[in-house]
Amino acid sequence: MSNGLPAVQDYSQLALDLLSRAKQCGATEADVMVVDGRNLSVQVRLSAVDRLTKAREKRLGLRVFFGKRSASTSTSDFSRTSLDQLVADTCSLARAVAEDPVSGLPAHEASAKDRPDLDLYDATELGTDEHIALAKRAEAAALGADPRVSNSEGADFNSSDGHVMLANSHGFVGDYRSSSFSMSVSPVATDPSTGGMQRDSWYAIQRAYARLESPESVGSEAARRTLRRLGARKVPTCKAPAIFDQEMAGSLLGNLCGALSGYALYKGVSFLIGQLGNKIAPETVTVCDDGRMPRGFGSRPFDGEGLPTRKALVIERGVLRSYLLDTYSGRKLGLASTGNASRSVGESPSAGPTNFFLVPGTATPAEMIRSVKRGLYVTELIGFGINMVTGDYSRGAAGFWIENGELAYPVEEITIAGNLKRMFLDIQMVGNDLEFRGRIASPTIKIGEMTIAGN
Amino acid sequence: MATKSSAELAQFGLTEQEIQRTLGVVKVRDVDYADLYFEFCLSESVSMEEGIVKRAVKSVSQGAGVRATAGEKTGFAYSDELTKRDLEIAANTARYIAQSPQGGQPVPLTHRAKLTRDLYPAETPISEVATAERVDLLNLIDAEARRYDPRIKNVMASFNTEYKIVMVATTEGQMVGDVQPLSRLQVTCIAEENGNRQMGTFGGGGRMAFSYYQDQERYKHYAREAARQAILNLSAVDAPAGVMPVVLGGGWPGILLHEAIGHGLEADFNRRKTSAFSHLLGKRVASDACTIVDDGTLPFRRGSLNMDDEGTPTSRTVLIEKGILRGYITDKLNARLMGIPLTGNGRRESFQSIPLPRMTNTFMLAGESDPQDIIRSVTHGLYAVSFGGGQVDITNGKFVFSASEAYLIENGQVTKPVKGATLIGSGPEVLTKVSMVGHDLMLDEGIGTCGKDGQSVPVGVGLPTIRIDEITVGGTNG
Repeated sequence: MSNGLPAVQDYSQLALDLLSRAKQCGATEADVMVVDGRNLSVQVRLSAVDRLTKAREKRLGLRVFFGKRSASTSTSDFSRTSLDQLVADTCSLARAVAEDPVSGLPAHEASAKDRPDLDLYDATELGTDEHIALAKRAEAAALGADPRVSNSEGADFNSSDGHVMLANSHGFVGDYRSSSFSMSVSPVATDPSTGGMQRDSWYAIQRAYARLESPESVGSEAARRTLRRLGARKVPTCKAPAIFDQEMAGSLLGNLCGALSGYALYKGVSFLIGQLGNKIAPETVTVCDDGRMPRGFGSRPFDGEGLPTRKALVIERGVLRSYLLDTYSGRKLGLASTGNASRSVGESPSAGPTNFFLVPGTATPAEMIRSVKRGLYVTELIGFGINMVTGDYSRGAAGFWIENGELAYPVEEITIAGNLKRMFLDIQMVGNDLEFRGRIASPTIKIGEMTIAGN
Repeated sequence: MATKSSAELAQFGLTEQEIQRTLGVVKVRDVDYADLYFEFCLSESVSMEEGIVKRAVKSVSQGAGVRATAGEKTGFAYSDELTKRDLEIAANTARYIAQSPQGGQPVPLTHRAKLTRDLYPAETPISEVATAERVDLLNLIDAEARRYDPRIKNVMASFNTEYKIVMVATTEGQMVGDVQPLSRLQVTCIAEENGNRQMGTFGGGGRMAFSYYQDQERYKHYAREAARQAILNLSAVDAPAGVMPVVLGGGWPGILLHEAIGHGLEADFNRRKTSAFSHLLGKRVASDACTIVDDGTLPFRRGSLNMDDEGTPTSRTVLIEKGILRGYITDKLNARLMGIPLTGNGRRESFQSIPLPRMTNTFMLAGESDPQDIIRSVTHGLYAVSFGGGQVDITNGKFVFSASEAYLIENGQVTKPVKGATLIGSGPEVLTKVSMVGHDLMLDEGIGTCGKDGQSVPVGVGLPTIRIDEITVGGTNG
C-alpha cells in the first residue's frame, strides 16, 4: 500500500524476549501484544487536494501478573532502555494494585491451534497520486449529480495495512496481517428556494482493493442521500412505527453488543442481565457473531487473548443464546470465554463483537415502507441518549415521514424515544438487504412503536 | 514553569540544527507555512470496581508531526521515531502537496518565545504521584459512596492522569514549548431497589495538582454526588415529549453552547461555507441577554492552555455579544485564508493528527435574573441540571444533548425527577429563545472531551441558570 514507507515487521522475537525479562522480574504470567501499521490518507475538496496524511506507527503492550495482581503498559519507543523501563514499571504497578481472585491468562489448552487464512490482507500498493485521483473521481460524481449540490466537505481515499502479534508466557505466539481500502464523500446541497443547507455522506470499505465499489457509485450515492434531505421539517409529537435503514439498524445492533459484553453484564451496566435463555426478540430475529468470516472487518484467527475465534448464534429465533465474553468476564459470570476478547495495545482485554449481524429476512425495504400507514423512516441518529443500565433510549433523528406506505417528505429536528428491551421485542419486520460495511451489520428493520417528539 | 525550549529539545534527543534542517526540507517554494510538533505523553490510569482497585495502566507515547500548508492544501506526516532520517522522510511527505522543487536551506529559529504565564503551576507534577496514593483515593471513594445509601450496589471509579511535553518549531522562526498536565477523577454508582437498577455519574478534574482532589475532601463530594444521582433515578418518571420551556441549571449544561453554537463558529466550516452560521457574522443569533465567550486562559481549567498546539498563546474570544455574532475561533491556516484574527484555538489530539480550530472553555456570561425567579416563571416545563453527551450537524445546525438529571417544573415548582431525555434544537435559533439569564455563572467540574474529525481534546463549558422559552424534549411520555 503506502509507497515510500518501510514495510511492517514481525516482532515475535522481541515479544519472547520481553516475556522472559518479565519472568526474571518475578512475574508469574505475562502477555505481549505488538501492532505495527502504515496508512496513507488523501482528502480532496472541490477538486483540489485538501489534506494528505502519511504515517507508519507501531506500539507494544505488556501485561504482567504477579499471582492475582496485574497491570498493563504500552509504549511506542522500542529501544532497549525504554523496554527495560517498561518491564520495571509494569511490575511495580502490578504490585501496587489489589488481588483479584479471577485474574489470569486463559488456560494454555484453550489457545487457538489453527491459523486459518481469512483473506484479510491484500498487498496492492497504490501511490499517492492514485489516492488523489480516486478521491477526486468520487467527489466529482457527487458534485456533478445535480445543480443543487453546491459545496463539499470533501472526499477521501485511505489505504492502510497492519500486523498484529500476540504472545504469552504459556507459549502462545500468533500473528496476522490485514489491510483496508476505503473512501467517503460528503457533499453539501442547498435548497434553491430557502437557502437551507444539508450535508450527508456515503462510503465504501473493503479488505481488498479489487472489491471496492467504483468512486462514481460512492459519489452519486452520497449526492442522492444529501439531496433527499432538502426541505426537511419537523413533525408533530406522536407515537408511530419506525423503520431503521441498514446503517441505523446497525447502530441498534451496536447497542445490543454493548449490553451483551461480559464486562457490562457483571458490572451491572446492561439491560440484558440474567436474560440468557430468555426470549428477547421475536422469532424472526436471529443474530450471529462470526469471527472467521472471510475478509470480514471483525475477522481474526485468534482473539485478544490467543483463543480461537468462532461462529456463534447469539440470538436464535428470538432467544438469547450467548453473551460476548473473554476469559475474565466469563469467569466473573461463571461461563467460558466465547473467544470475544478484544484488545487495544496496552490495555487489559475487553469483550466485544467480531462480525456481528442480524440474519436477513425476506422483505424488501420498499415492502417494509409500504406496510406503514403513518410512521418514520430513520436514516440518521445523533447524540448519546442511551442508558445501558435501563435500556432507556432517546436520540435525535432525521429521515422521512411515511404516509400511506410512501415516503412523503424529509424530517429533521425530532427525537425518537423508547426502551431498547422493548424495541428488540417489538421488531415487526426484518429486511432482506444485509450488507457489510463494518464489523456490525444489519438489514433494514421495522419497530412497531416509538415516541416521536417534534412540534 | 517549563518553557525552556532547550530542555525540551533534550527530551526529544534532537539538536537545534536538526530542527532547522528539517524545516528547510519542508519549506519549499510554494509552502506558505510549515511546522514541526514534538510530543511526549505519559498517561496513567487506575480504576476500581467491586470494592477493589484491580486495574493499573500506564502508557508512553512519543513522536513528531510535520505539517506543510500551501494555499488551502495541507500535507502531513508523522513518525514515532525521532531520528534525523525519520524526520526527513516525514518532511518530504508533507511537502508533497506543494509540488515544488526540493528545498534544503535550513530555516533559522529567530525567536525562542518564552511563554509569559503559567496557567497550571504545580509543586509536584501529576506524573510523580505514587500509584499507592492513587489507589488509596479510589478506596476512600468506594467507602464514601456505599456509606451514602445501602441501595448503592456497585461503585466504579477511575483516576486518569496525563503529562504532556510539547514543542512547536515553525517556518516563521518560532520555537516554543509547554508542559501540560491533566487529570480526571470519575465515579459511577449503580443503585438497586426491588429489581429497579439505575446509574449515577459524577466527576471532575483539570490541569491542577493531585492535592485538588483532597482539598475539602472534594473526592468525597464526587462519590456522594454519583450516589445521590443513582438513588434519585430510582424514583424517576418518564420524561415528557414535545415542545416546552426548559430551564437549564448552571455549569455543565453549558454543553448547550458547545453543541448549538461553538462548533458552528469554528473557522474551518465557515471558510468552506458549510456551517449553518456561515453568513451570520454581525447578525442576531441570540437574545440580548446572551454574551458568549471562548476563553483558554482560565487557570487550571481542563480546556485551558498556555499556548495552542501551533504555539499561539490562547486568548479570550467573544463569540456572541448581546446576541450578535462577533467572531469565529481560528487556527493559523484558517485565520490566514480568511484574513481574520488568530485566536489561539489551533488544537490537535496528538502528534498523529493535524491541528484544527477547536474550542477551549466556552461559556455564557452571567445575567441579572435570580435563578429561583427563572424556575418560578415556568408553568409547565423541564428543569435540567446534568447532561451526558451531545452532538451537532454543523451544516443544518441541528444539535442534541441528553439530560442525565432533570425534573418536571409544575406551576413554578420543581417536582418529580424524570428519566434521561434528549433535547433537540437548531443552533442559530435556540439562543434567540433565551428570555432569562441568571446571575449564577458556573463552570463545569472539568470532565468534558470534544470529538471532531476523529480527534478528542479536553474542553470546558459554563453556564448560568437560563430559561429557553421553547425547545423539543424527547421523552417517551407524549
